Amino acid sequence: MSGNARRGFLGTAAAALAGVALAPGVRLVEFAGARTPGEPVTGTVRWGMLIDTARCATGCSDCVTACNRENGLHDTGRPRTDAQWIRKIDLKDPRSARQHSAPVMCQHCANPPCVDVCPTGASFKRADGIVLVDRHTCIGCRYCVMACPYKARSFVHENLSEQKPEVPRGKGCVEGCTLCVHKIDRGDGSTACADACATAGHGAIIFGDLNDPQSAVAKRLRELPSRALRADLRLDPGVRYAGV
Amino acid sequence: MKALGALLAFVAVLVAGLAFAAGRTAKPVVLIERPGVCVESTAVMRRDHMKLLMHQREGTVRAGIRTRTHSLTGCVDCHASRKTGSVLGEQGFCQSCHAYAGVTLDCFECHASKPRAQAAGAKP
Repeated sequence: MSGNARRGFLGTAAAALAGVALAPGVRLVEFAGARTPGEPVTGTVRWGMLIDTARCATGCSDCVTACNRENGLHDTGRPRTDAQWIRKIDLKDPRSARQHSAPVMCQHCANPPCVDVCPTGASFKRADGIVLVDRHTCIGCRYCVMACPYKARSFVHENLSEQKPEVPRGKGCVEGCTLCVHKIDRGDGSTACADACATAGHGAIIFGDLNDPQSAVAKRLRELPSRALRADLRLDPGVRYAGV
Repeated sequence: MKALGALLAFVAVLVAGLAFAAGRTAKPVVLIERPGVCVESTAVMRRDHMKLLMHQREGTVRAGIRTRTHSLTGCVDCHASRKTGSVLGEQGFCQSCHAYAGVTLDCFECHASKPRAQAAGAKP
């Protein structure tokens, strides 16, 4: 290839690259994130959430209701032993009397203590950052319940019936927020709680891929100051909070 | 000699027939309500369905592989009884055979024994 020809080729290549970068909505990251049902998950995506407590309404529990409906969690009338995947907490600064509210669920840590303590390897982190319980190997020892600083895990105390086909759950196992893993694997790109919050008009829960700089959650994280709950533990949670 | 052989064979067939008619051997109820081709041959499914399910389970839970071919929900969707809507029950596809073989059937302690379509109220 002569010098001129090579220069011409490089020029064309640069123009083509610029075209990819300039065309709206065309990003290489999108191609990396798309996955067929037969492909295993990879570490190129990391699912996470931003919870904007300024938008979260005190007294609203739509996210909790939506989670229970999506995952087939039923109220038995015994709240002390019912499984709880997401809960609303009300915070009040005693000095300034500023009040706000936020949902707390499994924070899907990058360094999850529940995985460290699990004696059977049932508590595990998926390649895309979702922390799950493999109920096939869970022996119900509840070490993870004690290890979790966010109180995100629940134990199923009673026999269950009428489980949803996509969310199997049963007595004797520990469980927690799955980040609606069945929806993610289906390609919905959202969770029940985030959908419900958007429907209610609050939009306080933003879900997405933290690794994709163009995702809604990554953009919002760039705009808003946010923090991890119990950042001192250095667990690197996938769920971040703004305004706490 | 040939005659004796034929007679013996006849008697054997007769005895076998009588034993069958008397129903001394309980048989599992295997109702195939949706005839067609299963994901593997009948011989493979009879002997190895648990291995296929175990393999699928590891892939689905750990790696998010959600192919339908060897999934338990796929079994349930096809094999649930039209009458009860379930693979469990005395005549249920899974339970009748497991009861016959004396093998515990733990899957449905956690997994739904009714198809997704029915649970959602859509077409069967």
